[in-house]
Amino acid sequence: MLGKLTWEAIPFNEPIPLIAAGVVGLILAAVLAWVVLKGHLPYLWREWITSVDHKRIGVMYCVLALVMLIRGFIDAVMMRSQQALAFHGPGYLPPEHYDQIFSAHGTIMIFFVAMPFVVGLMNYVVPLQLGVRDVAFPTLNSVAFWLTATGALLVNVSMVVGEFARTGWLPFPPLSELAYSPGVGVDYYCWALQLSGIGTLVGGINLVTTILKTRAPGMRYTRMPVFCWTSLASNLLIVASFPVLTATLAMLLLDRYLGFHFFTNEAGGNPMMFMNLIWIWGHPEVYILVLPAFGVFSEVVSTFSGKPLFGYRSMVMATMAICILSFLVWLHHFFTMGAGADVNGFFGVMTMIIAVPTGVKVFNWLFTMYRGRVRFTAAMHWAIGFMVTFVIGGMTGVLMSIPPADFVLHNSLFLVAHFHNVAIGAVLFGALAGYTFWFPKAFGFALDERLGKAAFWCWLIGFYVAFVPLYVVGLEGMTRRLQHYDQPQWHPWLLVAGVGSLIILCGIGFLVAQLVVSIRSRVRRTEPTGDPWDARTLEWATSSPPPYFNFAVMPNVKGEEHYWNIKQAARKRMALGPEPEYEAIEMPRNSPTGFVTAFFGTVIGFALVWHIVWMAILGLAGAYATFVVFAWRDHGEEVVSRDEVARIDRANRLARKVAITEVTT
Amino acid sequence: MRFMMNNRGCRPQTLKSGLRGRGRAVVPAALIVMLSGCEGVLDPAGPIGRSERLILLDSLAIMLAIVVPTILCTLAFAWWFRASNRRAAYAPTWEYSGRLELLVWSVPALVVCFLGGIAWIGSHDLDPAKPLPPVRPALEVDVVALDWKWLFIYPEQHVASLNRLVTPIGTPLHLRLTSASVMNVFFVPQLGSEIYAMNGMVTELNLQADREGHFFGLAAHFNGDGFSDMTFDTESVSSKMFDDWVRRAQSAEPVLDAAAYRELLRQSVNVAPMMFGRVTPGLFDAVATQALPPGEGPKLSARGDAKTSADDST
Repeated sequence: MLGKLTWEAIPFNEPIPLIAAGVVGLILAAVLAWVVLKGHLPYLWREWITSVDHKRIGVMYCVLALVMLIRGFIDAVMMRSQQALAFHGPGYLPPEHYDQIFSAHGTIMIFFVAMPFVVGLMNYVVPLQLGVRDVAFPTLNSVAFWLTATGALLVNVSMVVGEFARTGWLPFPPLSELAYSPGVGVDYYCWALQLSGIGTLVGGINLVTTILKTRAPGMRYTRMPVFCWTSLASNLLIVASFPVLTATLAMLLLDRYLGFHFFTNEAGGNPMMFMNLIWIWGHPEVYILVLPAFGVFSEVVSTFSGKPLFGYRSMVMATMAICILSFLVWLHHFFTMGAGADVNGFFGVMTMIIAVPTGVKVFNWLFTMYRGRVRFTAAMHWAIGFMVTFVIGGMTGVLMSIPPADFVLHNSLFLVAHFHNVAIGAVLFGALAGYTFWFPKAFGFALDERLGKAAFWCWLIGFYVAFVPLYVVGLEGMTRRLQHYDQPQWHPWLLVAGVGSLIILCGIGFLVAQLVVSIRSRVRRTEPTGDPWDARTLEWATSSPPPYFNFAVMPNVKGEEHYWNIKQAARKRMALGPEPEYEAIEMPRNSPTGFVTAFFGTVIGFALVWHIVWMAILGLAGAYATFVVFAWRDHGEEVVSRDEVARIDRANRLARKVAITEVTT
Repeated sequence: MRFMMNNRGCRPQTLKSGLRGRGRAVVPAALIVMLSGCEGVLDPAGPIGRSERLILLDSLAIMLAIVVPTILCTLAFAWWFRASNRRAAYAPTWEYSGRLELLVWSVPALVVCFLGGIAWIGSHDLDPAKPLPPVRPALEVDVVALDWKWLFIYPEQHVASLNRLVTPIGTPLHLRLTSASVMNVFFVPQLGSEIYAMNGMVTELNLQADREGHFFGLAAHFNGDGFSDMTFDTESVSSKMFDDWVRRAQSAEPVLDAAAYRELLRQSVNVAPMMFGRVTPGLFDAVATQALPPGEGPKLSARGDAKTSADDST
């Protein structure tokens, strides 16, 4: 009846996951009870869960990322404390538990923190920057988000029901094959990623279409803000590479479920093929994450330097060069597999070539600050911290692209330090810079600057204290994923790294405090004009938060920095332009399709993990029925009346008029 | 008993000899050697490790030459052009300069040309499969990575050693590697290059130890619950002592045949080093060609998940 699922699946004899799950369960139950008792459920359902508004979906992506950041960070603290303690001893985490933790840490941080964070920012900002009212396929957007959430849910369920993968964040066969990993951990991993991978893929298709096909009048490619360009590159990479991930995991699943031999030792299977395929997805994935972060920094540095971005065309060229080159470097992840000198040399050189456009970007940010008026806001702190940290991470990356250097650094903690150097120093700093920068756009009030800067300093210092020691022990020959060790020279460094993780913990504490304090004092922080940073791109042309139709009248873009130019013109003559002709607007209706699909997706995933055939069929039928119901809908749009549009826009125009006269007098 | 090398103190003379004749890399070299103490890849004990360290430090020095100024410029620009500094110039519309554009593309491009040369040449010079200069005939060692043990077969001496690699100094070591089950990486940080060991395949690695000592070896690719215990000692000894060791090994009781190999194939951790006095010829090839089938993985507990069998531990 329930396949492989029995009471044995629940780890009653392991206190750590059980207590953790109990606490999380209690918190969830409390939040749910509060929502229901306070009568917020209809509001949540109507305005958020069934929303197809790209802004709401963007916010939900970011919330998912922030919640999962805490989960992934708890794993990180456990790993660092385990390695700090496990010198000449077993530490406090047995291998079968520790192995799940580092696998879950990587999986969660990449797929359910970094991905939703950058996708959330792109979802929120790109349509606004392009001057349009929504993404190309609003309901698909909702499906994409909820499928991502499904994946996150399955990974977290595995903590209590069964186990998570014990194979690392990429399940390399033959270890991940049924023979060597007979538990359900790898299955949880695969199904969670298959579901969220579909979400990411359709989300990518959606944003590519939005950018290519639905820009505001006059918004030529050469006038798009750099964040749109980096989003385009990132989503093109998603569209090109995520099918590879899906296919690779599908092959692994066929091996595990139906006795195929794609990657097994026996019967002609080839594990090296998995290595190649997974990195053909995996390396572009790195740029999927980092390119939007580059875009955020381009906007932030330009805004807070009070200057247009230096070398716009170079930036665009560099972005697209990275987009293409990222497909030609995957083999540098396994120089030590014995491919031979020519192959290694080729991929080493190709990897370095990516450093050229990346270096160009760094120099262009530098020259954007040059002769600017730099305002040290919290967002700008993240940007400067990024520039310093990222060049170091880039340097160690290029170092490892030299095959003979990689021969002694492959899989070492030096490598771990390197990719955290870029994952934290570039992707996470970028996401947090974007979060700080666009928060007032989304909610109409800015986050507390002082607490934001405190969080920044903790993250920055914590990063160096935690990861410089890992560079050192990596050079001392320490490989990654060790559960215990006996080398005395590693121990002091790992203690220091443990302290670093505690400093980062303070950083996370400040981020939480910043959010709480800012929300509590939101009335005082309200910014009526919608443009608190004196910014330059189109998203700031509308009110904050924007009305759900984004723009009362579609902007007619006349230059690279259209909004900045009309703002300057308005300041000069101390008056806004004439009131536009308002018209009724047609907007997509909310739809529960995404949520319902994801519900059935969760059912399918869980059923397949535990081999519960009837439940999987039921889930599949439900998901298909949801699709049919949506496809047969009668009307997908609703109309916002002209008066309503005028009423909303006039209020914002009034606030801006006041602001302009105040600034100039 | 967990088998582990004893720790030795740092050797200052290594640091000095590492710096001599390499002016360019002195500063980062000194810094990193001081930072990292000893016993890692920065304290190599053979020609491969030494060449790799040289490439590592040279490339680092080349890159630091632009990374350090970039970091300093970032901080200096941010500070000098702060909004409150009214002495700083402000060019609110300055967004393009052909000359600077040329500079920002050519500086990284030139560095990459330089490093690309190092990568290409280094990749050929230090290809793991490339034999070392044949000062004397290479010692052949066949390596089998087991769950979670290392088996070293000396085909010419007809002996085998578990969890301990003994090598004569100054003699090139030619390793052929395969795995009895999952993917593994063979790594002795002080000797240099890592290489994968995979079932049904043979990879090659050439190393050499130039000084006597014990060098820590490990599995550098996660391979399951016993991963952390899959370490081994590399003992580099004089030729005479090596011959003595071989004689002692040849007089060892245990025989490594298919039956003994199947016993080793079972998952186990913390197995003490041992020697096999005789080895069935062709055993390594039988593993590599899967004539001896790969390991079966963990025994299943009632609950359906894998249990590590620590019962073989000593």
